[in-house]
Formats: sequence, structure tokens, C-alpha cells
Amino acid sequence: MLETKGIAKIYGTGPKATHALEDVSFTVTDGEFVCVVGPSGCGKTTLLKCIAGLMRPTRGEVLLRGKRVVEPPEELALVFQDYSRSLMPWSTVRNNVLLPLRHKRLSTAERKALVAESLGSVGLTRFIDHYPWQLSGGMQQRVAIARALAYQPAILLMDEPFASVDAQTRGDLEDLVLRVREQYGITILFVTHDIDESVYLADRVVVLTHSPTTVKEIVGVSLPRPRDQIATKELADFINLRGHVYRLIRRELTPVTSVDAVPNSGTPV
Amino acid sequence: MSRRVDQAVKLAAEIAVPIAIVAAWQLWAVNRDDPKFPPPSTILAKFQDMWLFSEFGTHVVPSLERIAIGFGIAVLAGIVIGIPLGLSRPARLWTMPHIEYWRAMPPPALLPISIILLHSIGNLQKVSFIAFFCLFPVLLNTIDGVRGIDPTFLETARSYGLGRLERIRRVVLPAAFPQIVAGMRNSLSLAVIMMVLSEYFSSTSGVGYVLLISKNTFDFGPMWAAILLIGVLGYLLNALFSIVERELLAWHRGWRAVSGG
Repeated sequence: MLETKGIAKIYGTGPKATHALEDVSFTVTDGEFVCVVGPSGCGKTTLLKCIAGLMRPTRGEVLLRGKRVVEPPEELALVFQDYSRSLMPWSTVRNNVLLPLRHKRLSTAERKALVAESLGSVGLTRFIDHYPWQLSGGMQQRVAIARALAYQPAILLMDEPFASVDAQTRGDLEDLVLRVREQYGITILFVTHDIDESVYLADRVVVLTHSPTTVKEIVGVSLPRPRDQIATKELADFINLRGHVYRLIRRELTPVTSVDAVPNSGTPV
Repeated sequence: MSRRVDQAVKLAAEIAVPIAIVAAWQLWAVNRDDPKFPPPSTILAKFQDMWLFSEFGTHVVPSLERIAIGFGIAVLAGIVIGIPLGLSRPARLWTMPHIEYWRAMPPPALLPISIILLHSIGNLQKVSFIAFFCLFPVLLNTIDGVRGIDPTFLETARSYGLGRLERIRRVVLPAAFPQIVAGMRNSLSLAVIMMVLSEYFSSTSGVGYVLLISKNTFDFGPMWAAILLIGVLGYLLNALFSIVERELLAWHRGWRAVSGG
């Protein structure tokens, strides 16, 4: 489904150039849930922007269903970390979800149905006529997820989507993502700096090194589904995997030049 | 208690003090009996006599028309030119020196030549004059507003495949709109000034024309009535604009209140 081949991103030139990404290759197969974790400042957001077609990698290429990504592909939707600057504050929830549907070849009834269905699946039907800023952070991110679902992408990219919500909301949102994934049969690439989150959600976890970034290891997660915030996290397998990923990342803990604009939300990494 | 004091102070500031000033002026003017400074009672009588509504159609309507058309053209042009300039650094690089030059030009300096260039002493010249100088606040605020848009908004639109025009319509314009409106507010008060100024020269109608003609014929009553009217016009236009602004930018106040942005 998705393939990144030797992605490198270098800002600037000469001796002062910043190597954000050195050589990142991995694949995501159809229907898979892949998490990408890495130490702070390893260029996770840069990587995601390259995959989303918002940024050209300096070297390497991204293939989506065998086609090279040079601009944002129609089969792909992106959920940003900063929902307050990704949802349009001048539009209601309805119009925010409608935004990417307006230029699709759909009838008015089809658009309406997509909006209703996606908002229903994130439990926000009642808030369709609210403005995003009238909702809590967690609800706003659910609007952003609904917008992505209504767009009917084959693959959903999520850039640390829950980094700015509180821990309890975060657990709820993780379960919501797992649920809509079942419902929509969607492939998900999920970037996070939270190791627990990555192991809890993923089929496979791609662990990155610090910058200049390469893939340190790809960890398979064969925990049973459906997953449960309490039961899954008590499994010995979960604890082992979590420890394993932790150790991989801790070895990366050396001072690095930050090229990633992602704020560190205090999770010990 | 303190709230009642607060309200009393507000009432005094808004109503009592202006009344006191007018009353003092009345007393002073009646005693002085100087034709240059008629008492407010005379001015008000003249005001009612002229503007309500015997000369409203001949002079006020033309003035309002010029403001409306000139301001309208300025807003439209300011947005249409400002958006591409806000989006493109090279375009700004080549045009900003010219914009800065013309915006620094004092309007009276261009008044005589506007009459010659446009071969017009009628509405064409007056509307163009108003539009030209009202352009700059809207233009500069549009450029600034567009430049200041958070890139995440634009990236979101791009990632969802919105085309260039669609992005401008759905994201750029609404995102920059609060600042565009701020520019429009400046332009509107400028429009009143330009209207009066343009009617001083080669004119046969308008409030500014009445003001200058009355002064030239030492007919100070109508002159004062015109001054009063211009003040009231400016005040009312601004108040009207505030109402429209509150309607259009309700989201902005709500959003700023929660995001602090």
C-alpha cells in the first residue's frame, strides 16, 4: 500500500546543512496499523509531511499503491497534531467536515450522508452546528478525525494527534481510532512519541533513531485484538514489547539538534 | 455600589458632558453675538432646515454615493490585489516600494492632477480620488493578514486536495478577513475625509461643496450645519460598520477568547 524508499531530508546546504532524515525505509501493507516512534526531534513530522506529499524529500521516494507521491494524494488523509490550527475556526463542525468533500464529485445527498456518518462514528452528531472552538480539545480532535474519515481515504496519516489532550481523553481517543479502523477498514500510519501508545495501537512499530534519522528496528506487535486499555496493558507481551521499544529509544538518548517543530509534552522517552 | 458609580460615570461621559459643552457654547455664543460663531440653537435649526430633508437629495445623496462607490472599489481592489501579494514573496519584493511610495503621498497633492488626468469634475474624478486613497489601508492589511495565516491552515487545505482558488476562497480569505476588516474600518473614515476634500474642488454638489461655498459667501450658518452633518455622517458610518463587523466576525471573537490567538 505505502512504501517509503530511502527518504532523506536535508535542510540547507554545505557544512551547516541539517540532516533531518538520513535514510528512512519501511512499508505499510493494506489494512495495517503502523506506528512510528522516535526520540524527540528525530524528524517525525518531516517524515510525515514527505509521505503526505506536502514536502519533497531530498532523496528517496514515497510510493502509494505503486505511484510516486509528488503532491497530496487523494487516497490519503492527514490528521494534524494541532487541531486548533487545522480545523477552520470560521466554519462550523459541519462545514469543517464538508471542506474536503466540496471538490469531490459527489451529490449533495452523498456529501450530507458522509458528514452525518463520520460525525456519528466519532459521537459528535449533536455538535454539528457548533464551532470547533466551542468544543473541548478531545472533541476537536474527533472532528478532525471525522473530517479525515468523510474524505474516504485508503490510508490515514496521524501526526501525534493526541499529544495535546489529557491522559484520560487520550485513552478514549486511542480506542476511538481502533474502533473506526474496524468500521472503515482503513490503513493507518500513526506517528507518536509515546511508546505505550504505539505498542497499544499498532500491528508494527517502526522505531527511528535520532537525527540524522534512520530506521532502528521494526517491531512486530502480535497482541490480540480487540485491545483494551486495561487488559491489553496488563499482558506480559505488552510489557515486554514496551520495554523493548523503550530500550531501543533510550539508547538514542544523546543530545540532538532539534529540527522537529513538535513540542515535547513531557513524556519520558 | 461600585457598579452604580460605574454606570453613573459612563452616563456622564456619554451624555451629560456633551450636553454641558453644548450648553456652555450656547451661552457663550449668545452673549458674543458673532456671526462666525452662531449658537448651537441656530446651527441646529439650520441643520434641520437644510438636511431634513430639503437639500438632502441635492447634496447629501451625491456625497454618500461617492463614499459608497469609492469605498466599494477600494475594498474590492485591495482584496483582489492584496491576496496574491500576501501569498507571493517575489510579488511583494517588486511591488512594495511602489505601494509604500503612493501610500505616503498626501491626498491633496494629487487632487489638482486628478481633475486634469480624468478630464472630469464630476463623479468619475471624485470617486476615483476616494477609491485611490482608500485602497491602501485595505491593501496593506490584506497583505499582512494573508502573510500571517498559520501555515497549518494552508497545509490542511493542501493535504485535502483543495485547488488554489478553492484554498483562497475557503481558507485564505476567511483567515485574513479579521485583518481585512480592520483595514476597511480605516478606509471608511478615510473615505469621508476624501469625500469632503474632493468636493472642495471643481464641484457643484455635495456636503463639502456646501461647506466651502457657505464659507466663501460668509454664510456661516450653513457652514456650521455642514460641519455638524459631516461629523454625524462619520460617526454613523462607523457605528454601522461596527454592527456589520460584529455579525461577520462573531467566530473570531469566540475563537480568540478561547485560543488567546
